[in-house]
Amino acid sequence: MKGLLIRDLRLAIRAGGGFGLALAFFLIVVILVPFGVGPSQGVLAPIAPGVLWLGALLACLLSLDRIFATDFEDGSLEFLATAPVPLEGVVAVKALAHWVTTGLPLTLAAPLFGVFLNLPAGGFGWLVASLALGTPALSMIGAFGAALTVGLKRGGLLLSLLVLPLYIPTLIFGADTVRRGVDGLDAGTPLILMTGITFGTVALLPFAGAAALRVNLR
Amino acid sequence: MSFWEYANPRRFMAFTDRVMGPAFVLAAVALSVGLVWGFFFTPNDFRQGSTVKIIYLHVPSAFMAINIWVMMLVTSLVWLIRRHHVSALAAKAAAPVGVTMTLIALMTGAIWGQPMWGTFWAWDPRLTSFLILFLFYLGYMALWSAIEDPDTAADLTSVLCLVGSVFAFLSRYAVNFWNQGLHQGASLSMDAEENISDVFWFPLLVCLAGFFFLFLALVLMRTRTEIRKRRAHAITLRERAA
Repeated sequence: MKGLLIRDLRLAIRAGGGFGLALAFFLIVVILVPFGVGPSQGVLAPIAPGVLWLGALLACLLSLDRIFATDFEDGSLEFLATAPVPLEGVVAVKALAHWVTTGLPLTLAAPLFGVFLNLPAGGFGWLVASLALGTPALSMIGAFGAALTVGLKRGGLLLSLLVLPLYIPTLIFGADTVRRGVDGLDAGTPLILMTGITFGTVALLPFAGAAALRVNLR
Repeated sequence: MSFWEYANPRRFMAFTDRVMGPAFVLAAVALSVGLVWGFFFTPNDFRQGSTVKIIYLHVPSAFMAINIWVMMLVTSLVWLIRRHHVSALAAKAAAPVGVTMTLIALMTGAIWGQPMWGTFWAWDPRLTSFLILFLFYLGYMALWSAIEDPDTAADLTSVLCLVGSVFAFLSRYAVNFWNQGLHQGASLSMDAEENISDVFWFPLLVCLAGFFFLFLALVLMRTRTEIRKRRAHAITLRERAA
């Protein structure tokens, strides 16, 4: 399992595209927003929490189909399926590798992008906390979606249609955490609920993802 | 006699052949009686006027929209556990009916909302969760149509239906948290103190029955079509092989 994680991380970094792309996409979304809604601070500050969460979510979505597609094409997924490691573990490790290459950099870069959007000072801590606890759920749900659509020729668009509705609870609680943090309210409740969703998905979705992979490898 | 014998497509076809006609007749009778009763023979609400009559389309379609998803969940589970093809095909057949019901509920709700709340759409928890349910139906149907091999498609959509059910439930409570709404609470439950008055309640019950029988007839018809399609496909394959 550790070897698989290291292999996936190495592939993501050396193959290019995957690693920096999500961050660049996030940056561009954040830069485009002021052009769309106007640069005044009174407009940007209230929408900053939502925009930052949306940007992170879309950036996460961008690289989902790579989780299994390349391994499926060159046949290494079949080796992994017959390996002594359970397929559920493979799904979880793949999701973890996806999180390390997208969710983690996004979390670390988010405060910087928050400055661009005039995020009020009270929100930064909650932004980092909510992204750090919420993006693993995004990667895990995405890995499940990728497992469902891995056998399809052009599964990318279908993947977003399947995965985005599943992202809604995480997005609601995540953005709400930051918004409450900005307003100086108690942001603990949505954060705890969102963390619950994250733990639930990490505990259950590897099984669903592995079931979908087995069907696709049949 | 056991329920499972209808997993045999031939038994299922013979049985539904007898059931489908009466279901259509019952649907037609209940819907015409319920709608005419509701539209023309109930008093106007003293605050809402005649717009209250949208309830006879809005409530039954919303009720069916949720319950069709539950039915798909059950048939998907039966497929995953017992591998009965009829069950998987019934789930496939129910999805378009479900998405139509969701759409009817959303649209009648919008038409009702305009005079009552002054807006067609509000980001109210109930409205939003129905919109999310609509997206789930769309994703489910898209996945069915994207996969060629029927067994693979049945397996993957069943898994999606299971996971989707959990997330649909989660979203329902998440949006509650997210925004407080305009939509009224439940006023049809059996145990509530204050319910809608019997004058509206009885025609509504008839309409609910009508929508249920309509759904039953449509799903049976669509499932039969799917079974026939399977058979036709099998025959073509056999002839090509011969």
